[in-house]
Amino acid sequence: METVTLKGGSPLFDKIFKIGCAIAATYVLAIIVLIVIQLTTNSYQIWAQEGISFLTGSDWNAVEGSESYGAAPYIAGTFVTAGIAMLIGVPLSMGIAMFLSELAPKFLRSILSFVVELLAAIPSIIYGLWGMFVFRNYLLNWVETPLNNALGGNVWLFSGTPFGLDIFTASVVLAIMIIPTIASISREIMIAVPQSQREAAYMLGATKWEVFKMAVVPYSKSGLVGASILGLGRAVGETMAITLLIGNATGPSAFPSSLFSPSQTLSSIIANEFPEASNGSLHMAALIGCGLILFAIAIAINIVAQLLVSKVLKTHQGAVLA
Amino acid sequence: MEEVADLESQQVDKMETLTRTPIMHKSAEEPRYKLIAEDIVASYNGIEAVKKVNMKFREKAVTALIGPSGCGKTTFLRCLNRMHELTKSATVTGKVLLDGQDLYSNREDAIIHRRKIGMVFQKPNPFPTMSIYDNVAAGLKLNGVKDKKIMDQIVQGCLEMVYLWDEVKHDLKKPGMSLSGGQQQRLCIARALAIQPEVLLMDEPASALDPIATQKIEEMINELKKEYTIIIVTHNMQQAVRVSDYTGFMYLGDLVEFGETKQIFENPRNEITAKYVQGQFG
Amino acid sequence: MITLEQRAEYRKYFRNNFTRRLITDRIVKGIVFGCVVLAIVPLGSILLEIIRNGVPVLSVEFLTAPPGAVGSADPGGIGPAIQGTLLLIGMSSLIGVPVGVLGGIFLSEYGNNKYGQMIRFFNDVMAEFPTIVVGLFAFAVIVLTLGYFSILAGMFALSVIMLPIITRTTEESLKLVPVTYREAGYALGIKRSVVIFRILLTSAKSGLITGIMLSVARVAGETAPLIFTILGNDGFFSGFNQPMDALPLRIYRLANLPYDSATAQGWGGALILILIILTLNVGVRYLFLRKRGGGGRLRITTGG
Repeated sequence: METVTLKGGSPLFDKIFKIGCAIAATYVLAIIVLIVIQLTTNSYQIWAQEGISFLTGSDWNAVEGSESYGAAPYIAGTFVTAGIAMLIGVPLSMGIAMFLSELAPKFLRSILSFVVELLAAIPSIIYGLWGMFVFRNYLLNWVETPLNNALGGNVWLFSGTPFGLDIFTASVVLAIMIIPTIASISREIMIAVPQSQREAAYMLGATKWEVFKMAVVPYSKSGLVGASILGLGRAVGETMAITLLIGNATGPSAFPSSLFSPSQTLSSIIANEFPEASNGSLHMAALIGCGLILFAIAIAINIVAQLLVSKVLKTHQGAVLA
Repeated sequence: MEEVADLESQQVDKMETLTRTPIMHKSAEEPRYKLIAEDIVASYNGIEAVKKVNMKFREKAVTALIGPSGCGKTTFLRCLNRMHELTKSATVTGKVLLDGQDLYSNREDAIIHRRKIGMVFQKPNPFPTMSIYDNVAAGLKLNGVKDKKIMDQIVQGCLEMVYLWDEVKHDLKKPGMSLSGGQQQRLCIARALAIQPEVLLMDEPASALDPIATQKIEEMINELKKEYTIIIVTHNMQQAVRVSDYTGFMYLGDLVEFGETKQIFENPRNEITAKYVQGQFG
Repeated sequence: MITLEQRAEYRKYFRNNFTRRLITDRIVKGIVFGCVVLAIVPLGSILLEIIRNGVPVLSVEFLTAPPGAVGSADPGGIGPAIQGTLLLIGMSSLIGVPVGVLGGIFLSEYGNNKYGQMIRFFNDVMAEFPTIVVGLFAFAVIVLTLGYFSILAGMFALSVIMLPIITRTTEESLKLVPVTYREAGYALGIKRSVVIFRILLTSAKSGLITGIMLSVARVAGETAPLIFTILGNDGFFSGFNQPMDALPLRIYRLANLPYDSATAQGWGGALILILIILTLNVGVRYLFLRKRGGGGRLRITTGG
């Protein structure tokens, strides 16, 4: 046992310390405010020039003299890729969470939880690298080309000549990336359902699946929705993997027209074009404008998600330390 | 110092001999048993919590299981409707015969047998997202009852049996959690009765309730036993005297004594039973 | 009262659909297990490919030499990128850790009020925020003001990303310290700040370090914010007012080059990066979380 001799401390230091901690804590609020201010002032040019049509227009013309920018295709691209990622990712995540909380034997539970956390730790650029050089070829050869050959003529979803860098590939990789987030929070939420609820269902003669449907899901529904929205928040903010996989289209052709068409998201257009934009130009203001739109979308989604998750996980908003 | 140690070990030895063969009281007429438990051995992680217990439960009667904490009475109860095996690394051997049919005959299909026996737990646990009606009807929907009229009949019948019908009939769509604690527990009993079991298991059903709610539940049990076979685990000895016809006293995983409640409490034949019912240990 | 006869009557309405229900149960279990397998496959593939493609590229030269001219016979190495990443995460921690820890202390010890709730809420909102926006922010605040790309902008951006995570994990760790420790300190007449510093932080040490290491692992892999802040460089670190290189950025650049040698180097860089990140992640869990009876874990995910 360690023994320490402590001096009581001075009241003045105590007060300074408390103020210091408060300032440190307020720092995050200040950052949020500053972000809004900085993004708005630095994109002011584009709002002055285009106004609301920056949100609805789809021009993307950087030629001096006839510059015109509209972020609509990229807003669409962001939502479409995030949407498809959710369509694929949420059911898979719920399945994984259900397995981890209801079905897995003890030893498997810890191994698999570790696997999920490993998936979460892989940085986006590596998902992009792998997607670009490995996964894309699989998707192209085994999914995209067959689908396009079979149904491309009739179903607009599968039309266009696929070459692997498109909405589909980007969305599938995005789904893989958001699964760890959604699955681990959902698992926590499911585990938090009291055992007595399950026992009541078992007592009535329910199978494991029926117990899950009857006792676990209704109890945790809002939390599971919150977990999914957190995943959505991650999906809209994702940059590097999408930049490498989405095919880098600009202007009106960037509008998502089929699963196999190249497109662009708000984050990828910024990553792709920023190095080329000159300081203070309208082009740069347009890109920062895209950043501002992305900020607004992300903060709205994250706020909704936090509200839902914190209600259920009273332990602590969003943070799970067990 | 040594004297005390000797005395203690003597007592332990004595207790061990006393618990090895339970004392069963013989009764007058030839009884009809609804449920018979044979050679039940139940363990958690290899450690035996119930050590080869045999019990017979008369139909249309209330049998109470009493004993100090940790004696295995709740574990034994949960073996009767195959709930014990739900706990991870829990094992059970033996037979449970309901109307002659062994519930443990097929290891796989516990769900078939669980619906034959209803269970009520210590703390009321209605499904929070369901209405009063849906809570009671939950087991019916699970078992494929489609006829709405029959469902309504059963729900009303069960709520009447637990003295809830008049209190809630005006608004069955209210959420189950909006009821008081005592009402919630009666709702849970109605839910258990809805699956038309012959036997009702109750694990300390009133321990979380106030005296008035407790009294209502005991009145209800006295009515229900006219038609059901009820087995109730209780740590409240006065309650056992009030509601039960037969009592089994368990200690350290063994059934020590079993017989008519009057006899167990007024004239116990086993020394440990006597000590327990006199309140010398708990 | 529902009599025995009535019970038998009612039971006729029960369907003996056990087979169907058990089959459904089994099918669902299969589907769910399939979901799990589906999630493991990409992880396996990623790790496999990184090792398969990255290991052949490894050499002392690769790890220490600067990149050669694009498309030339000697592709050089990623030395500056490795150096850059290590410098960056170190320097960002200089800002992120103190502010984050103090913020976490505030929330845990002084934050049981409306103000604390608000801070906690927005802190969590920022924890999974698009890092490209943070990068733009750092660009506007640092690069535009100073007039150059540099490590200063990079460490600012990364510290903003680290901050909410460290605040949150610090608060959680402190909350785990029993109240009795605080009470004992106060009872001895020790002031709150000293109690926090000498008693609480020491007890919560492992949780704190875990949180810090995990957030470092997270920012080590961030690419987007670096594009607008450190810009990238083919040479080693040359000053606080010069652009510099970092692993994720270098991998990004290499991935976009049309040469096979560049792609191979990209995989090599990915291997080094993943080694750094996994060492931090696994090491932390093995060292610290194991102490608390195992099964303890933090939810920290990477962003764009």
